[in-house]
Amino acid sequence: MTWILANLGLIGDLMLVHLRLSLIPVVVSILVAVPLGRLAHRVGWLRGGVLSVVGLLYTIPSLALITLLPPLLGTPVLSDVNVLVALGLYGVALLTRSVADAFDAVDADVVRSAMAVGYTPLRRFWTVELPLAVPVIVAGTRVVAVSTVSLVTVGALVGSRNLGSLFTDGLQRGIVPEIVAGIVATVVLALVLDLVIAAVGRALTPWARVSGTSGAARRASRRRAHRAEVPGTAAEDAVTGGGAA
Amino acid sequence: MIEFEGVRKTYPDGTTAVDGIDLTIPAREITVLVGSSGCGKTTLLRMVNRMIDPTAGTVSIDGEDVGSLDPVRLRRRIGYVMQNGGLLPHRSVLDNITTVLRLNRVPRAQARARGLELMDTVSLDRGLASRYPAQLSGGQQQRVGVARGLASDPNILLMDEPFGAVDPIVRAELQRELLRVHRELAKTIVFVTHDIDEAFLLGDRVVILRTGGVIAQQGTPAEILAHPADDFVAGFIGADSGQRRLRVVERDGARIVVDRHDRPVGLLDADTPAHSDRR
Repeated sequence: MTWILANLGLIGDLMLVHLRLSLIPVVVSILVAVPLGRLAHRVGWLRGGVLSVVGLLYTIPSLALITLLPPLLGTPVLSDVNVLVALGLYGVALLTRSVADAFDAVDADVVRSAMAVGYTPLRRFWTVELPLAVPVIVAGTRVVAVSTVSLVTVGALVGSRNLGSLFTDGLQRGIVPEIVAGIVATVVLALVLDLVIAAVGRALTPWARVSGTSGAARRASRRRAHRAEVPGTAAEDAVTGGGAA
Repeated sequence: MIEFEGVRKTYPDGTTAVDGIDLTIPAREITVLVGSSGCGKTTLLRMVNRMIDPTAGTVSIDGEDVGSLDPVRLRRRIGYVMQNGGLLPHRSVLDNITTVLRLNRVPRAQARARGLELMDTVSLDRGLASRYPAQLSGGQQQRVGVARGLASDPNILLMDEPFGAVDPIVRAELQRELLRVHRELAKTIVFVTHDIDEAFLLGDRVVILRTGGVIAQQGTPAEILAHPADDFVAGFIGADSGQRRLRVVERDGARIVVDRHDRPVGLLDADTPAHSDRR
């Protein structure tokens, strides 16, 4: 406890760094996964290929990927860029399938009716299909965000400075409170980010919580959201070095 | 006037949806395309606004081949109503109604005013304007769909099984309302249904299609009832099942109309002479 109180500044500082290292890959993976997932949704014969390739990406161990990147990218071994690229790739791997599913889930009748009343394909995408795909994309993004926050800690093993440094440092120096502080801070960060993304999703979809929406549908989506939070919590992932480690 | 000339639609997998259709749909009347599923009635409807392009033949509106027109612009001048209204779930009722107006760049205030008028036309409470479709009953959603179809004051209204998903009481109400709106606005309406009673109720002309996308018979409801072209039509309209064979019996001093199985279906008005017209 004394260690934590004496190092609050360090923990706060690392949290900010950690947040930055998490946010960039999450944003990048949204920007890449939305067009890629949309492509998989639209072009039938590409779907299997695209989703298999991104699925395979996720099976590469994170530590291996981070150490493999410098020779491939020409970046310095200790650069944070390696961590960011690796996490971006995992984000894309997770999110592309969600995006494809999100567009699949948009009611075909609604899309057809938008076509029938004279939407151009481009306008239909931006004002009909994308907004209606938001709930599922947001659900996928929440999983990516939590997973990314925990995976960032792996970067500490290759010299990236973040909350994971509290594990490596605490382990080397035998300071248990430092390890605990690292775990708790990572979990808190993951939860806060998850809540923020959920709130953004709700703000983007005012129609989804009107009183008339069938209760069954709302209960089902709550159940899904609940399930997504329970397994593989950030704490577990942080300790084991993430699902992909 | 909408004309189909030698229209055929074959899909890459070899199925034929529509096979050599020649059909003229007169202006300002309700023409109902009716048939069981797989008869190509929806395919024909969707060829009018180029949701589907024919493999062979031409579809023309007032002599203009729709194949030569830009599909997006064509669709914006043809009203389209589908089952469940096909409403955009993330847009308010008023936004749904004014969709086409906004696509046609009508200023927002003007579009809103027109949208509210249309809510009156289809007997929708203006208080529902800011609701989302999910907050409305099935019948109300369908009215929004009709209002949206009428928004840009199109000459042609395409209706794809619009009342298929509502309960019988609401359906009867919507059918009456459609006839009223048609009397007021006199649009060319092409209406698709699989329900022959709905076809006879709404249609000035009825086109019966059979599996494989060919026309079995077309004409006014009276013509078809009086002279079914063949056994298929007779079976489809129920002429052979007895429910269309009615006769009058005297019971307790009243003249009751009964079907072939003596089930009462109505009461004959004592002093009304026979009409030559069904309306």
